[in-house]
Amino acid sequence: MSENLQTSVREICRACNNDRARMMDIVLAVQAKYGCVSSEAMDTIAKAVSTHRVEVESVVSFYAFLSSRPKGKVVIRLCNDVIDRMHGADRVAETFRQELGIGFGETTPDGQISLEYTPCIGMCDQAPAALVNDVVVTELHRSTAQHIVREINRHMDPRRLVTRLGDGNNAHQLVQAMVNNNIRKAGPVIFAPSDLGAGLAKALAMSPAEVIRDIKTARLRGRGGAGFPTGMKWEFARGANDQNRYVVCNADEGEPGTFKDRVILTERPELLIEGMAIAGYAIGASEGIIYLRGEYAYLRAFLEHMLNECRNWGILGQNIGGKKGFHFDIRIQMGAGAYVCGEETALLSSCEGLRGDPKNRPPFPAQKGYQSHPTIVNNVETFCCVTRIMDKGAGAFAQLGSSGSPGTKLLSVSGDCRSQGVYEVEFGIKLRDVLKMVGGEDAGAVQVGGPSGRMVGPDEFDRPICYDHLATGGALMVFGPECNVVDIARQFMEFFVEESCGYCTPCRVGNVLLKERLEQILAGRGEREDLAYLQELGETIKTMSRCGLGQTSANPVLSTIQSFPAAYEALLKDTRTDGFRPTFDIGAALGEAQAIVGRRSVHFAD
Amino acid sequence: MSETMTITIDGREIQARPGQTILEAAEAAGVYIPRLCYMKGLTPHGSCRVCTVLVNGRPQSACTQPATPGAVIENDTERLLALRRNIIEMLFVEGNHFCMFCEKSGNCELQALAYRFGIPAPMYPYLWPKREVDASHPDVMVDHNRCILCARCVRASRDLDGKNVFQFVNRNGHKRVAVNAEARLGDTDLKVTDKAVAACPVGALLKKRVGYAVPVGKRLYDHEPIGSDIAAAHKK
Repeated sequence: MSENLQTSVREICRACNNDRARMMDIVLAVQAKYGCVSSEAMDTIAKAVSTHRVEVESVVSFYAFLSSRPKGKVVIRLCNDVIDRMHGADRVAETFRQELGIGFGETTPDGQISLEYTPCIGMCDQAPAALVNDVVVTELHRSTAQHIVREINRHMDPRRLVTRLGDGNNAHQLVQAMVNNNIRKAGPVIFAPSDLGAGLAKALAMSPAEVIRDIKTARLRGRGGAGFPTGMKWEFARGANDQNRYVVCNADEGEPGTFKDRVILTERPELLIEGMAIAGYAIGASEGIIYLRGEYAYLRAFLEHMLNECRNWGILGQNIGGKKGFHFDIRIQMGAGAYVCGEETALLSSCEGLRGDPKNRPPFPAQKGYQSHPTIVNNVETFCCVTRIMDKGAGAFAQLGSSGSPGTKLLSVSGDCRSQGVYEVEFGIKLRDVLKMVGGEDAGAVQVGGPSGRMVGPDEFDRPICYDHLATGGALMVFGPECNVVDIARQFMEFFVEESCGYCTPCRVGNVLLKERLEQILAGRGEREDLAYLQELGETIKTMSRCGLGQTSANPVLSTIQSFPAAYEALLKDTRTDGFRPTFDIGAALGEAQAIVGRRSVHFAD
Repeated sequence: MSETMTITIDGREIQARPGQTILEAAEAAGVYIPRLCYMKGLTPHGSCRVCTVLVNGRPQSACTQPATPGAVIENDTERLLALRRNIIEMLFVEGNHFCMFCEKSGNCELQALAYRFGIPAPMYPYLWPKREVDASHPDVMVDHNRCILCARCVRASRDLDGKNVFQFVNRNGHKRVAVNAEARLGDTDLKVTDKAVAACPVGALLKKRVGYAVPVGKRLYDHEPIGSDIAAAHKK
């Protein structure tokens, strides 16, 4: 057995050229085959790729989808984000527990099935949803959950759980998913019909510098959330003194409430691939990487197929478009369950086969990114915009949207509204108009941009969605008038506490402390001073953290305190006059002693 | 050799060499920027965030940020001191630090920083994590209760000792230092003379049988606050 394992692990390593930089591929393959990366497997991998065992352990222990201890042959991962819980994920969880006879984080005694929670899997528009190994199951309720467990117990084949197919390419032979696209509004940039290869052909007719000029003229900014000017990023990379450059697509769509990239990857992958090729031409790169989040593994075979198609169509390959010397190809790098890998330098760490720790900046990726070479990292939607800009012209693109934010934006709308799904709208649209469009007019609060964005109330619904006002990577979570914003903030903090990489102090510790105090407040133990405490703590995390995760993780708390002070007021007690706060319940602490001696304390009778 | 540049720290102009970080340039000019994960001779890590300064208004860790011509840096401001103090307090509540009987007391950089910042007790609630002690090695013990995840042992072992005895495992608050063996430090090739052992700023990595050897009054930080040597060295 152990001989077998070693032989097989060595084979997996050899298939990856015994390349330490391909650690993610290696450990994912071992995990898939053995249900874990055991201690013995780690030793074998370390020897094969000439690294230290602890370095392998370091990677394996970082990602949620990897494990050093054996898991069941089938792992059920129920999404427990705010939206899924709004739609009944807790009832589904209860059913899974009952049917399997185990709790979350446990494996059935026969070692067959494991049950876990996972943060947003990009299915908020069809929640509650779960992953059963790589298979996505959506719109769960008690009876479907019961059915899933019984079926799995019978045949142990998650693929057979898919009894209906979703629309569009979700029904493609290589996808076969019950996922629905839910495209509610198609706009002129992403979902309009496209002329395959036209954008690339026009780009190749120009010089690379002209392509970058056009991207700048279009004033394209990153669609992932941070909004950095794309043309400027490309120019930095092109200007870097290193001919070995890389184009990386960030398809690690992990911000809870966001799922628009899922739909692009399903319906418009060629637009993305073409955009990456244009970027390759513009910055002088010959290699591209699509970093695909582990949760979207069900799209991998289809995307590999589409890459092949693009090679056949001459969008990828050698001397593309007859342009001598322009070679460009793309590989897919799978992630393994880590929100922080959506941060561009953490994503590059992961591509290099390391823990998903963000890197110190400077140097910036455009100077020294993937394997220390100049690298541009752009969002899926951004590359699609690039293709369209090349095809239809920078002017046409710049005319869409608002002056500071040209173009369209895909919004992932979920929660308390009639039509959840993806909407392609022009920048500058008022939040109120979006709510009208989606059937969420009576919303009490909207989380714009996911947990790292901000929570806004009705008095801010007239603000426009654009980079200068309500900036968003695309997530709009709609909450009804009765929602408890403090509890929603607590749930978001739970998410950040789990997803912090742990590298820097403020994010690793501070988020835990924010969550602790929110819990105190929600339990009725909050005091007026807590608001100042939360704000100071939140500002500390925001200012002192090393990467975008920590710099935004306090937003749920800070923005709800700012926009919903009454929600906090209602939960707070009157200030004690002595300035002290009880940090524990002395009556409860004495309980055990009182039980032993058989009498109650005369001082703390209650 | 190479040309120097002028940078401004708290209104004072100092000279920096190209390639120097803000922390290094400041130190050379006798300006102390509080730090914890930074250690001379190791690749800067930028993880503790205690050395955060404002560079042209933006927060940056001074240990990783290169000096650039004309940079205007704020270091010793009331706001930054408060933010750093918060970070130091976080480190205290995150682990289990009992200075009164810790062997490192008086020589501990975390404790010394707390004194320098005038922290009598943290305002944050203690998290009381359950952490392990590994005494399997004949000459060195690891007490994870006191570890602040600064990566000094990780870097020193890798870059100075050439051994990779230590590395981080897990993420978020569960992150911890692991050893290059199935589980125990005793099964690694660590030697008590390794630079990694001496690199620990707190009492997490300790040499055995030498605890409390230096009497109170003669320990590193018994008389002057941590960082005093930097200003003093410059005056000479």
